[in-house]
Amino acid sequence: MGEFQALSEAVIKGDITAAVAETEKLLERSAKVQEILDKGLIEAMDDVGERFSKGQMFVPQMLRSAKTMQECMNIIKPLFQEGEVTTKGRVLIGTVKGDLHDIGKNLVSMMMEGAGFEITDLGVDVAPATFVQKAQEVEPHIVGMSALLSITMPGMPETIKALEAAGLREKIKVMIGGAPVTDRYAQEIKADAYAPDAASAVTAAKKVLGIS
Amino acid sequence: MIIVGEKINTSRKKIAEAVENRDAEFIVSVAKEQADAGADYIDVNAGTFVGRETECLCWLVETIQNELEMPLSLDSPDPEALSAAMKLHKGEPMINSISLEEDRFRSLLPVVSSGPCHVVALCMAKTSMPTSVEDRVNVGAELVEKLTAEGVPLEKIYVDPLIQPVSVDTKMGPAALGAIRDIMEKFPGVNTICGLSNISFGLPERHLINRTFLALSMGYGLNAAIVDPTDSKLMATLLSAEMLLDRDEYCQNFIDAYQNGRLVGG
Repeated sequence: MGEFQALSEAVIKGDITAAVAETEKLLERSAKVQEILDKGLIEAMDDVGERFSKGQMFVPQMLRSAKTMQECMNIIKPLFQEGEVTTKGRVLIGTVKGDLHDIGKNLVSMMMEGAGFEITDLGVDVAPATFVQKAQEVEPHIVGMSALLSITMPGMPETIKALEAAGLREKIKVMIGGAPVTDRYAQEIKADAYAPDAASAVTAAKKVLGIS
Repeated sequence: MIIVGEKINTSRKKIAEAVENRDAEFIVSVAKEQADAGADYIDVNAGTFVGRETECLCWLVETIQNELEMPLSLDSPDPEALSAAMKLHKGEPMINSISLEEDRFRSLLPVVSSGPCHVVALCMAKTSMPTSVEDRVNVGAELVEKLTAEGVPLEKIYVDPLIQPVSVDTKMGPAALGAIRDIMEKFPGVNTICGLSNISFGLPERHLINRTFLALSMGYGLNAAIVDPTDSKLMATLLSAEMLLDRDEYCQNFIDAYQNGRLVGG
């Protein structure tokens, strides 16, 4: 709080102009970039997620806050030394094979990014083999899968099996979500977590990785 | 206005329980309350029963049609479930839905042409969701052309422009409305249909948004809707919109509803 409060408030409000100005002001006062990220931006997005979960904020406001954070990130990102940025974890995310719905998945990506995760978004209609191949490249801590149709849900256990077959399953936590997906289904297919919306996806991701 | 009652969907907890316990009485009561409220079709969706969808959908069809003599809207993307349910269905069902996604179109076409039925044509392209009016109209037109080529009469096709949330992109309202207008103009005789709840995803006061969008859509030519007909405010909006669009001669339906105490204003 304190010196980061104005930035935080601008992000929560989704006021890009004010947030960018605050970020520049903090840099002029030689605040540490890592602190701007953690105490200004990520804390604000955590707050946004919490308010969203309580029904006090809504999707357009969440999008606006995320966009505001993104603009601030564009300013501070070049100032990080190589390898200096601390990420909460790498997340590989996509909508499963045969399914073209991406709204929910995009909201999850955005909130995860806002919470300090590094996201690799594979888009829609992602085959199990593609998840595996990208997982080998990116070495994610979490693989997130989305499905909006009952008939495409089997892509989730198929991907989990493919990760097992490639010897990757042990190292990766699997999270799933989407309208027809339930907590019970997550247990059935041995996923590590289920999240019903973007804000709870962040909470669940932190929980499976054991970070607060 | 053709009304498809949306309440029998296993994504609703009470319906899922009733299907799980084969509680015919409850399912019939939900079908009946929708029919009484003006539904022309009762939608049945058992999509959450992964692996058991076919048997659950078939049970719903038999259970409802044992008690009510009216057509159902068979709501599934699964050709196997639709095919089995269609065989049991008495009269002409509405198949909800076919789209251009490759597997889905190819596998559903034989189902749709296996007997007389009405069909919802969802404007989902081969590899992506449409965003603009043009995208939607192109997909809709291709679906209409392919279906009529297979012998499905235009009057039995219901193009669904694919409603996406305005919370994510405020252009999604006009994108759907423009598509309704253009499709109705391009194919005189065809129907347009949509579900309403997607439009208000991520926003408060969703019922208000849904019924306002219904009235707007009707103004652009929408002539069928998948709604909760027991939502009295929504139905009042629908009745007044029909009257205002000159689809209610002598304002008869509107006045009838008022005089029968069914019109919830204000």
